[in-house]
Amino acid sequence: MIGVLALQGAFAEHEAVLTGLGYSYTEVRQRSHLTGDLDAMILPGGESTVMNKLLNDLGMFDELKAMIEEGLPVFGTCAGLILLSKRVEGGSPSLATMDIDTVRNAYGRQLGSFSCNGSFAGKEIPMRFIRAPFVETAGPEVQVLSETGGRIVAVREDKQLATAFHPELTEDTTVHRYFLEEIAGLSPDRNR
Amino acid sequence: MDVTTPEQARIAEKAGAAAVMALERIPADIRAAGGVSRMSDPKMIKGIQDAVSIPVMAKVRIGHFVEAQILEALEIDYIDESEVLTPADDVYHIDKTQFKVPFVCGARNLGEALRRIAEGASMIRTKGEPGTGDIVQAVSHMRAMNSAIRDIANKRDDELFEAAKQLQVPVDLVRYVHDNGRLPVVNFAAGGVATPADAALMMHLGAEGVFVGSGIFASGNPEKRAAAIVQAVTNYNDPAKLAELSYDLGRAMVGINAEEIKTIMAERGQ
Repeated sequence: MIGVLALQGAFAEHEAVLTGLGYSYTEVRQRSHLTGDLDAMILPGGESTVMNKLLNDLGMFDELKAMIEEGLPVFGTCAGLILLSKRVEGGSPSLATMDIDTVRNAYGRQLGSFSCNGSFAGKEIPMRFIRAPFVETAGPEVQVLSETGGRIVAVREDKQLATAFHPELTEDTTVHRYFLEEIAGLSPDRNR
Repeated sequence: MDVTTPEQARIAEKAGAAAVMALERIPADIRAAGGVSRMSDPKMIKGIQDAVSIPVMAKVRIGHFVEAQILEALEIDYIDESEVLTPADDVYHIDKTQFKVPFVCGARNLGEALRRIAEGASMIRTKGEPGTGDIVQAVSHMRAMNSAIRDIANKRDDELFEAAKQLQVPVDLVRYVHDNGRLPVVNFAAGGVATPADAALMMHLGAEGVFVGSGIFASGNPEKRAAAIVQAVTNYNDPAKLAELSYDLGRAMVGINAEEIKTIMAERGQ
């Protein structure tokens, strides 16, 4: 079962992608939802300050961090990337499980939002950036999967994947399939 | 959350607000003051933009596209073309397709919602009855909207043209609602939310998020109430959690019964 952190933000869009690809999911809204049944976890876009606060207020923070550190595959988009970053310019670190330096709201306000095409792990895909962050520097264990406009926008560190853009808002499922198949080693339920 | 000062904006951000609405007066005070209510002073908006890192929204009068151009020049994150302010145009809404900044608009029913979306709105919210602390209007708007969506979804394809005629909206938007069983944009609850229970009620009725206007800063303990409402939106389905969140929040906004008031803001801009 794939857990989708549903505290705030664009969780419904990730759920639609998972359903389209034939995977079942469960919404994670409180500590009791963080169980051993989770094979992978998605941290959606939204406001990282809000999600970080709710993770703390709802007593989920330590458990989720421990699960990721113990190897639970995790995929963060936009605010999710910020939650995973060890260092955050213009904000505070949250789960801090990925060795990356991130700049929050790096392209400015809503008017700085944009769409473009970029290469992800060698494949050209559409990318949507909304009040997006980017990764300024990535640690030695971090693999850079995408650079757009000279900025790092997708990274992988072992079983953690993070993108500054929103693959759940386009029709292209490359990034989700990369996470589910290559990182988490899962296959759609309907094939089981 | 509606805020009127940088200090309130910081309280809202700290409580977990996903965005703040910069306003000179909260709707309850706009209602009490009467007179003409307009877009806020850019100085006040700028002060709030500088105070927080979350998105900042602001309101323009219905049809006042120059106020909207000014807000876009201020790099506001979202514009609310709002019936809470005094309408500037009693016929036309703003052509929102001409702007890069996303708009949210109020709607009492599916027809209003789809007309606003045809004009370029990126988000819809119920109108509620702002500044009353009375949830009844938001409830009836949300129920009317979702009931109409279910009706459209049940129609045959060849019945959609007549539905579009009845609703006074483009048929392609009706077809979207028919095929997807929802609006083509996100739908929020707004107007009259005063307690965690109100917020949770609106989520149960199909809201995808909640605007809290006067309910926070017209209450006794804004910090605690704001944080409780944020958590109630996330865990609207857990009554035990809601009980805990509702505990000892201090005085709720007194509010006024929507039937006791003369100016029905929700009827502005159809």
